[in-house]
Amino acid sequence: MSPVVDAHLVVDRGAFRLDVPLCVAPGEVVALLGPNGAGKTTALRALAGLQPLTAGHLVLAGRDVDRPGQRHWTPPEHRPIGVVFQDYLLFPHLNALDNVAFGLRRHGADRRSARRRAAEWLDRVGLGVQARSRPRQLSGGQAQRVALARALAVDPVLLLLDEPLAALDARTRLDTRAELHGHLDAHPGAALLVTHDPLDALVLADRLVIVEDGRVVQEGDAATITARPRTDYVARLVGLNLYRGVADGHAVRVDDRLTLAVADPLHGDAFVAFPPSAVALHPRRPDGSPRNTWPAVIAGLQRHGDNLRVQLDGPVAVAADVTPAAASHLDLAPGRPVWAAVKAAETRAYPA
Amino acid sequence: MTSTDAHDTAARPEPGVSPRRRRAQRVPAALLGPALLGLLFLVLPLAGLVVRAPWSSLPQRLTEPGALTALRLSLQTATAATVVCLLLGVPLAWLLARARFPGRRLVRALVTVPLVLPPVVGGVALLLVFGRRGLLGEWLDSTFGFTLPFTTTGVVVAEAFVAMPFLVIAVEGALRGADARYEEAAATLGAGRWTTFTHVTLPLVAPGVAAGAVLCWARALGEFGATITFAGNYPGITQTMPLAVYQTIEGGDLDGAVVLSLVLLTVSVAILAGLRDKWITSA
Amino acid sequence: MSRGTRIPEEEHVVGRRLARAALAGVTALAMAGLAGCGTDEAGSAPSGSASGVTGKVTVFAAASLTESFTTIGRDFEAANPGTTVTFNFAGSSALANQIDQGAPADVFASAAPKNMQSVVDAGDADGSPTTFVRNQLVIAVAKGNPKGVRALADLTRPGLKVALCAEQVPCGAAATKALAAARVTLTPVTLEQDVKGALSKVKLGEVDAALVYRTDARAAVADVDGVEFPESAEAINDYPIVVLNNAPNRTAARAFVAYVRSDQGTSVLTAAGFQAP
Repeated sequence: MSPVVDAHLVVDRGAFRLDVPLCVAPGEVVALLGPNGAGKTTALRALAGLQPLTAGHLVLAGRDVDRPGQRHWTPPEHRPIGVVFQDYLLFPHLNALDNVAFGLRRHGADRRSARRRAAEWLDRVGLGVQARSRPRQLSGGQAQRVALARALAVDPVLLLLDEPLAALDARTRLDTRAELHGHLDAHPGAALLVTHDPLDALVLADRLVIVEDGRVVQEGDAATITARPRTDYVARLVGLNLYRGVADGHAVRVDDRLTLAVADPLHGDAFVAFPPSAVALHPRRPDGSPRNTWPAVIAGLQRHGDNLRVQLDGPVAVAADVTPAAASHLDLAPGRPVWAAVKAAETRAYPA
Repeated sequence: MTSTDAHDTAARPEPGVSPRRRRAQRVPAALLGPALLGLLFLVLPLAGLVVRAPWSSLPQRLTEPGALTALRLSLQTATAATVVCLLLGVPLAWLLARARFPGRRLVRALVTVPLVLPPVVGGVALLLVFGRRGLLGEWLDSTFGFTLPFTTTGVVVAEAFVAMPFLVIAVEGALRGADARYEEAAATLGAGRWTTFTHVTLPLVAPGVAAGAVLCWARALGEFGATITFAGNYPGITQTMPLAVYQTIEGGDLDGAVVLSLVLLTVSVAILAGLRDKWITSA
Repeated sequence: MSRGTRIPEEEHVVGRRLARAALAGVTALAMAGLAGCGTDEAGSAPSGSASGVTGKVTVFAAASLTESFTTIGRDFEAANPGTTVTFNFAGSSALANQIDQGAPADVFASAAPKNMQSVVDAGDADGSPTTFVRNQLVIAVAKGNPKGVRALADLTRPGLKVALCAEQVPCGAAATKALAAARVTLTPVTLEQDVKGALSKVKLGEVDAALVYRTDARAAVADVDGVEFPESAEAINDYPIVVLNNAPNRTAARAFVAYVRSDQGTSVLTAAGFQAP
């Protein structure tokens, strides 16, 4: 099957340049994940036609919609898309039903059938009784669902969602995320989700595309990304310590002063990753066992679930999780020198 | 709210210590003094008209056909001028607020010219363009045998010329304040630019358009200088209420002028108040 | 605040001066609102001039007198060193209204007895007015008379646009009288508020003809021609002049009126197209 999206999105804006190749298969949900300012929203706007490309190309469902090289550009209203905006942008002068019917009317439905189908969509998102409410009378979660119904009602080949859950409070977000998951599953077309929340991406998307500073830094399914992060940003997202070094068999040299012993043998440029829970702290240099040890200084402490997360300075910055009992035993405080230890078996090494 | 308080204080200058009075005292005296003076300055001339009105002969004067003719003409032409301003001014405001083109600042400055131009000069300027010997007027006359001066249409043109800036400025301000991303949302839903304008942009800025239209209508209703210069003065055709008032004063009939002024004031205030209530409840 | 330089002090002084000026403005506004008039300080001082006439004379004169009175005023000042003549030219009825409201004028010269009468009736005139000139209507047409207007009856030709003065102002009243005498009924396209308005419509080419004073047509000789017509004799306008009761400078006012009626004054007025009474 040919992809729904076949694109090379290039947008040049002086100091910032977006350069993202992107393919989305029918039925696939792709999450564009990245820190603020990475260019995720610019990419979404380029797909929607709200931001023309400066180079590259964009083919939607087999149709050229943006190809600056041939001076070809299709305006948003002629693209087979639906967009859920971050703050929804429900038309304040129309009630929920007419907001959903708006797109249907623009796609040629007469008033009556547009309203009928809009009502069906509101029922589907569980807001049938709110059909006559104005947007300002709706809660955040309700507005999000109306926005989703409005975007889906026109049967878009590509559904675009810009931080669809960011404006919601924690509890609503949980419920809405689950519902959104259901609607995305039911949507026959492709979907592209822009988010900075890894949980949204992991729960909702089949595939993650990580964008940093306008470029794709990593791409793959949730399992690959979480197991083998390739940038500090991704490592932080998935909660791993990550180092880049040069491998020679079971040893990866990550710093002049530190070479880590790893379980997986490999050669050349390599990443080493291990979770904070794999880091043990000792008041003195531990001896005997064949594991990685190095001296460090405590830089900071914070609660992390039931444990304490300790930020360490030393040859490399590292995060360690310790139990409260161990913490009091070690008498941890910022500025105190400790020894860090990681078993080779708990590290994961892979080519860079 | 503040104006109500100020009014209360004005009505009761004696140092009574009611709770409301204590609330009014929190208004800084440095503001209250000039505010009251300003209010007085605006209201006193109106009071002068009311006091000076010849109440005994009022009913007879009101039914004089001349007064009603001028009033009807005033209301008709001011309304027509407002419609013209809406049809031309809203798109112009949109252009100034949304489009990017070279010389936009100059265009914006030009739009406000009728505000600073003495209306009589505006009338002369209109004559030089639309008059029988004017740049366009001569062509209109020779091609269609149609001239604007001394016609009711000419009155509408003069009023629209003077009143349009009020509409354009109000609508442009509303457009700048409106969130343009709603228009993007409409586009992603399949709405073309015109549909977006009529179905999204206009409803969003409707309060601004309404406010501009009211200002525009009020200005058109009181228009005098450009009208008398460009359209002339003939009862039933070009003599609007302000012209009738002026002519009555010139004729030495001060009482008659006061009556006409009061009629114009009462009708316009009633209409504006009525519209305002309607908008506030619907907003 | 104490920066040790003089600049803040100067700013302070300027600020205070501004505040004082603003206060004065507000006070003036309040006074004007209460009294509706101001007072003129000029004129009471005895003079060293030979005629004994000095100070400022304020003359309220009909718009049609603009050109000739400006000349007469200059001549009067030359003949009476130490005097200044200030004019307020407007429609006679507007001037009468202003005098009625207490405007500080010394002399009133009206273009019609009717407006003068209202001033006299209000008790504002010092003595009885005298007619100093008369004026007559002509038909003002574009230079060269392209429409070939020869008589009042020509003005009723279809397609010919005519401006008249409104009946409330003297030139309009005269026009009505003249048209009645000629038994001509015509529908003007506009009723102008003063004779200059009617004349400017001819100058701009917006109308083909207007009934204006001969003096106005003559003053605008570069742009218009004046067509004389016999019925204008039926609508001769008398111009009365009078010294006003609350004239701040009554001596000079009397001297000015006398000068207007003197041979020098009359010759200026007749040169402008007025007729001696």
